[in-house]
Amino acid sequence: MTCTDFLSKLTDYFDGQIPADLLVEVEEHLCGCHHCEVVLDTTRQTIAIYRDRDIYEFSPGMRERLHTAIMAKCTPKV
Amino acid sequence: MGGSIARRALCIYTKLGRLERGLLIQPSTFQFVCKLSMSATQTPITEEIHPDVALVARAKGGDTAAFEQLVRQYDRQIFRVAQHITQNREDAEDITQDAFLKAYEKLDQFQGNSKFSTWLVRIAVNESLMRLRKRKTSKTVSMDEDVQTEEGSIPRDFAEWRPNPEQLYGQSELADILRKTIQGLPPGFRTVFTLRDIENLSTEETAEALGLSVPAVKSRLLRARLQLRERLSRYFRQKKEA
Repeated sequence: MTCTDFLSKLTDYFDGQIPADLLVEVEEHLCGCHHCEVVLDTTRQTIAIYRDRDIYEFSPGMRERLHTAIMAKCTPKV
Repeated sequence: MGGSIARRALCIYTKLGRLERGLLIQPSTFQFVCKLSMSATQTPITEEIHPDVALVARAKGGDTAAFEQLVRQYDRQIFRVAQHITQNREDAEDITQDAFLKAYEKLDQFQGNSKFSTWLVRIAVNESLMRLRKRKTSKTVSMDEDVQTEEGSIPRDFAEWRPNPEQLYGQSELADILRKTIQGLPPGFRTVFTLRDIENLSTEETAEALGLSVPAVKSRLLRARLQLRERLSRYFRQKKEA
């Protein structure tokens, strides 16, 4: 398996969707290729770092303002 | 022979290390595995009904308090999705409002084939993309158009992240870097990454929300992840060198 082959399997690898026989090849490649191991580890950290923190939060007062605006227009359905 | 055994042992050791560090397994996969392992020892339990189903039913029946509860549950998520796609705070606020109002108007059309939150995210994504298309300055906003650029998708930086980003930066500085980095992605990549990796939608749900095929989602997701990784690596290396 080449590094390009490994990269093309990266998404399936994260999702646990690689067939068992191919998984052995992927793991063997990882054991012998430090670059791909770093790419795997830092890509995993990239996903985690975005998933674990909310980089876009409501500013103070925005949430209540939004709720008021939304609910004011939600007339009860008959 | 001895070398081969040692190599195999090293592979197993590395593999275990990876599991220990926490491989990214989708919650759905995890639940599936749990269900499988439970099914061997327990009698099957009827599928649990999501609490949103009752809230949606009440809202459909005219109970605005039930709808308000749904707003409170999902407003952060909808705002985050809109902000990630449009990269504009005022647009994101408008889109959040419009998405909930549209959902309320069309509540009768929600059949419950998907989760309520997925249906809501889909509305917000459509509103966000419409908003982007209206901006004349935006270059690529069409989801069905293939994003050809490979720039940044081929790894060039192979430095390990040690010390890790949390050790290198304070919370607000790191959040600033993350915002700048994701802002630089083409909208097509950014949107797929947001839905799939930040909002945790499945590949199929992401494909459905964006009107893309599953292979197209996978391709964009791979390139988005690799581009983000490359850009963050550069930031972290510069900081370490400084």
